[in-house]
Amino acid sequence: MRCRGPWMILALMLALSLTGCASPRGNRLAEVAPRHTIAEFRDQRFADVDDPWEGFNRSMYRFNFYLDKFVLIPVVHGYELVTPTFVQNRVSGIFNNLSEIRNLTNSMVQLKGVESATTLGRFVTNSTLGLGGMFDPATRLGLARRDEDFGKTLGYWGVESGPYLVLPFFGPSSVRDTGGLAVDTGVTYGIYTAVDPFANTGNSLAISSGITALEAVDMRHQQSFRYYESGYPFEYYMVRFLYHQKREIESGKHPAE
Amino acid sequence: MYLRVLIISWLLLLPLAALSAETEYGYPIPGAYEATILGTPASLVPELPTKMRFRQLVLEVLPDRKKSDVFFYDDGLRCSFAYQKQKAPLVFLIAGTGTNDRAAKLMFMVKALYAVGFHVIALPSPSHANFIVSASRSGVPGDLTEDSADLYRAMETAWKKVAGDIEVSSFYLGGYSMGATQSAFVAKLDEQRRVFNFKKVLMINPAVSLYNSGGKLEELLKQIPGGPKKEGIFFNKMLTKFSEYYSYGNFVAINDDFLYSIYTEKLFSPEETAGLIGLTFRINLAGMIFASDVVTNSGYVVPKNRVLKSSDSLSDYFMVATHLSFYDYINEYFYPYFKKQRPGLTKDALIEAQSLRSIEGYLKSSPKFGVMTNENDFILSKADLDYLKRIFAGRIKIYPRGGHIGNLEYKDNLAYMVAFFQEKEMLR
Repeated sequence: MRCRGPWMILALMLALSLTGCASPRGNRLAEVAPRHTIAEFRDQRFADVDDPWEGFNRSMYRFNFYLDKFVLIPVVHGYELVTPTFVQNRVSGIFNNLSEIRNLTNSMVQLKGVESATTLGRFVTNSTLGLGGMFDPATRLGLARRDEDFGKTLGYWGVESGPYLVLPFFGPSSVRDTGGLAVDTGVTYGIYTAVDPFANTGNSLAISSGITALEAVDMRHQQSFRYYESGYPFEYYMVRFLYHQKREIESGKHPAE
Repeated sequence: MYLRVLIISWLLLLPLAALSAETEYGYPIPGAYEATILGTPASLVPELPTKMRFRQLVLEVLPDRKKSDVFFYDDGLRCSFAYQKQKAPLVFLIAGTGTNDRAAKLMFMVKALYAVGFHVIALPSPSHANFIVSASRSGVPGDLTEDSADLYRAMETAWKKVAGDIEVSSFYLGGYSMGATQSAFVAKLDEQRRVFNFKKVLMINPAVSLYNSGGKLEELLKQIPGGPKKEGIFFNKMLTKFSEYYSYGNFVAINDDFLYSIYTEKLFSPEETAGLIGLTFRINLAGMIFASDVVTNSGYVVPKNRVLKSSDSLSDYFMVATHLSFYDYINEYFYPYFKKQRPGLTKDALIEAQSLRSIEGYLKSSPKFGVMTNENDFILSKADLDYLKRIFAGRIKIYPRGGHIGNLEYKDNLAYMVAFFQEKEMLR
């Protein structure tokens, strides 16, 4: 059997992560109740997040682990090996600067005046003085970055996060934030199509898919999180809790009592 | 003549000078609990090179171990390995309670020692799930003698794996927290086995007795309203406090500045801060209990004979295990296990074996040891600290503050640690 490129690997990983490793069903011993069970529990649950699709989410979490292990991290390592650190940082800078557009549109929709002005100032400063975002003089001038996205905007205007959701590639999310991600992506794509910076090159499609790929690699390069790296058996719950809480707090909502 | 007087008076003044040097110790956080949580402020952490020759070792220490699907990601014991091109001494480091080889404090030590020319191999704590699943023969963590034998075996496996790639001049050993206590036992085993012949062994914030220190950490949680059985209510209350503080302050994101301001603004009372440390200990302990229970199929929190899949919810096990105390583990799980192995074993004898006191003669006589700890390390009682001072007289460095390993990254501590390992190698 010959492997037909990355799609075969992806399909295999998906199959692996969804089914889990098949365990022999025969001669299984009868279960005996453990010494301590949840029945003796007289306390509030903590680090708890609405997660009705936990089985699916855990499978996705596992899928992402394999996606990282066999595809993304090797690619990121290759990228880090052949690209000088100086260049890596400039690439990150350019993409981070472009994402200021997302930050700006969303802080405007949240009617945050000062924040919008700051973000606009950052974008203008870094695009010009910072040579298209390669450098970040704005932070040194006291204009701190404010990350915003449409998920946070929805949260700001009172939309509940909805159940926890682990997305392939993107990782921890929620129903609300998944919708937000789709809107942000659509807006970015819309702006990009309207501007179409590579229209005159004749290779617009090839160039833009190259840029998208580089963006994905850079995204994973900037993100130090690795699935199951903590080795803590309850990592799934800690990650779920930290993701959810950070989003709730940063979109200005209070945790439920 | 004048010179002699001068020398004598200088000698007499020495303790005084040392005393005043002590008061000049610049680690800024006076509270033991706050220091433990916050560590060292970034501006006081020495800058270390970001690039190093590094890879993670994945060791097959127990080839016959069958792993549950719930640990499908565990493909072997993970150790961090930093290596030099040229011949150099190798330091083995053992992580603290419940942490693995990527723990921030451990990685800091790896970088610091690499920067001055050592090879380093960092191992997870025997109380971490990865070690329990992939390197512990009994699968029941907490016994200093057995855990140290497993550690020694893991070190041998690691050394075998890298021996062809690097040149080593001599071996050293170090650890912090429970890893420090284990270092003493590993060193003792090495005196018989002689695979490494450790030249020097550094113990940073060791526990004298694992049982007493575990008890000290349990005490922290007793101070919360309703006691440890209501830790969930406590946690949720602290979370609300935390979130409200964030939304009323003008913070950009949840980052170091925000966390540091929680301390400067005294958001949490000393009892609450202590409770949070106690809860962190419980959360770590829960991982250990669960991993051990799955490996040994003991039916402690997971039904006996249950085959867990990677997509199964572990939520109830998580809640049940975090509500078990250190004493529950010792009385209901740890002691019965050893009692079964060695009928006639009393609980007191087992507890006594989990203490530096059980190898006191060796520790007293061996010149290879060094100890660093803090006056306000709350895992030690006054008696424990006096004991360390007595046993390691002349080989112990005690800082006035820093809590439990809060000052490890502070520049003075780092300099002391590095100098300890460098001593002979660098004088040559």
